[in-house]
Order: sequence, then structure tokens, then C-alpha cells
Amino acid sequence: MKEKSLSFRIADVLLLAGFLLPFVFGIMLYILLEPASEGIEIAGAKIYFTLHMPMPMQDLPITESQVNSWLVIVALLFLCLFLTHGLSAKHPTRRQHAAEWIVEKTENLVSGNMGDYFSGFAPFVAAIMGLSAFSSLLTLIGLYPPTSDLNVVAGWAVLVFILITYYKMKCGPVHYLKSFGDPVPFLAPLNIISEFATPVSMAFRHYGNVLSGSVISVLVAVGLQGVTHMILGKLPGFLGQFPFLQIGIPAILSIYFDIFSGCLQAFIFAMLTMLYISTGFPEDDYKEKLRKKKSKQN
Amino acid sequence: MMELAIGIILGCCALGAGMAMIAGIGPGIGEGNAVASACEAIGRQPECKGSVTTTMLMGCAVAETTGLYALVIAILLIFLAPGRLVNILVDTMLSLKQ
Repeated sequence: MKEKSLSFRIADVLLLAGFLLPFVFGIMLYILLEPASEGIEIAGAKIYFTLHMPMPMQDLPITESQVNSWLVIVALLFLCLFLTHGLSAKHPTRRQHAAEWIVEKTENLVSGNMGDYFSGFAPFVAAIMGLSAFSSLLTLIGLYPPTSDLNVVAGWAVLVFILITYYKMKCGPVHYLKSFGDPVPFLAPLNIISEFATPVSMAFRHYGNVLSGSVISVLVAVGLQGVTHMILGKLPGFLGQFPFLQIGIPAILSIYFDIFSGCLQAFIFAMLTMLYISTGFPEDDYKEKLRKKKSKQN
Repeated sequence: MMELAIGIILGCCALGAGMAMIAGIGPGIGEGNAVASACEAIGRQPECKGSVTTTMLMGCAVAETTGLYALVIAILLIFLAPGRLVNILVDTMLSLKQ
């Protein structure tokens, strides 16, 4: 095994720092810009600062969720660079195995669920999954998770909706419009509604799950605070303030709501993206069209 | 009078939120059925545990949607509606006085 050179190690440290520093930066922003609040409260994303745009446009508020999702994007970029730093075919390192495992798993998932035509979708799906999972996991370090803001998730859902419509239109707009009259033309209004319900339900599902987790955690924490106060409140001094029920019990909920539910929702969002895109695509008709085109050219 | 009106608004918002969450029954029953069937399937064929679990989680997520709609409405009723309604009430009262 070849010894690593100094410059390689320095680049390694820099990349790791690039992965970790955004989170530190986020915590610092949170401490600096967030007004200290008394007790526990449930609130939406706070506005960090407002960009004043020239007259015809509206003012642009930069919220906590936007800043946090930028931080996640930067951190993920450096994580990818770190994992792929120093790839070699002869002496694969541990991190290369990890990177290969991730790539292989997503490619298997995409080709298994979407078919071979969509095999180029693996990077997109992996990006959505990683962004969503890391955004939800931000709660672990006390930051506001961008996925519990409807605007963020709705943006992703609109992106997916555009992709779905693009692949449905592959056979031309006439074919696309005809697909609404399926199975009977009489049902067209319902088909149109269900078309628009797709992005709405995707956005609400992800947002609702993450938000409900944090709301329930806060409610349980407040309830435990009340119970502790009831039991120990009469005792004098430090003992009366001791948070003996709040230690440990909310962590059990956090394992489910923050870690399990966050990763599961990321997986489900990516899965639904794949399924909607691949089922909406009229593969047989598209192949037929390609064959006709070829025979015309010949 | 004003206090009574605000009290009615707050109370009705809380009641509405609670009633909206009755919708949680449906997804609960549905997901319970899905998990029961998945357990049966795994018991019958332990070798396809992986794919059965994945499919079950997907189905659970889709079944959950209606419950989450109700949750969104309940959250709106608790956190947004009271403020809006009280503002409207105060505005109308002020305009009536003038």
C-alpha cells in the first residue's frame, strides 16, 4: 500500500472541513440572528434578512429554510468530493468502497424501478434523496429542517411535476391531451384534477411528516416539563428546577421522528418520483413512433 | 362582548382542529391492514422480506396522505386561523364604531 503524500492529506482535511463547516456556520447564524426565546415554542421558518428588490419586483425575504438548504447543498457537494477524492482502480480505499456502494445501490434502484430507458436518472434520484435526507437530519444539530417548510418541498414537487409532464409529452402534445380522455372522455375533469393532485400530495406528504414529527416532539417536551414541575415543583432550590423527566425520553421520539422518519421520507419521495415518471411515460407508443420515424427515413 | 367573541373564535378553531384529526382513523386502519398483510407475507415467504418491507413502506406512505391533509388543516386552524379571524373581528368592530 502506497503511503499518501502530504498534499493529498491536506486536500482531504480541506474537503472534510468543507463538509463540516456549513453546519457550524448554520449554528452560528442561528445563534447570532435568532432572538433568544423563553420556553419552547412552535414557529415557522424565521426570516433572516430581506433583500430589497427594485420597484417592479417584490421584496425577497431570505428565510431560515433557504439558508439551511443552501448549507446542506454545499455540505453535500464537499461530501461527494471527499468520497471521490483519490479514486484508484488498484488500491481502493474504504471511502471509495462507500462511494461505490452508494452509486451501485442507486443505479440498481433506478434501473429496477424505472427500466433501462431511464437509467440516466440515477444522479438526479440520488441528489433528491441526499438533499431530502440531510435536510431532515438537520434537526439533530438543532437547526430548522428545510423540509418542514412547505415552500421548499413544494419546489421539489413542482420540479418533479415538470419532469413527469415532459416525459408524458414525449409522443407529442396531441397524444398527451388524448391521455386525459382515458378510459372514457367523460372522466377528463377527474384526470386533470388527479394530474395536479400528484405534486400537491407529494409536497404535503413530505412536509406533513417532518412537521408533525417536530410538533409532536415539542408537545411531548412541554408535557414532560409540566409533569416534572408538578412532581418536583414544591422542592426548594436546584431540586425544584431539575428536569428529570425531560432527560432521555424525548430522545426516543427523536430516533423515530428525526432519524427514521426523515430517511424514510427521503426514500419515499425519491421512490414516488421514479414511479410517477416511469409510469407516466408511454413507452410502447414512444418506441412505435421511433420505429415509424426510422422506416420513413429509409 | 369582544372577549366573548374572541373566546368563541379560539374555541371553535381548537374544536375544528380536533375534529379534522378524526381523519387519522382511516390511515390508521389502512396502515394496520397493510402491515398485517406484510407480516403474513413474510411469514409465508421469509426470503422476500426485503422487497415486501419496501413495498409495505411505500404503501403506508401513500395511505398516510389523507391523514396528512387533515394534519395540515389542523395546523392551519391552530396556528394561522385564530390570528386572522381575530384581526378581521377587530377591523370590523373598529369600522362599526366609526
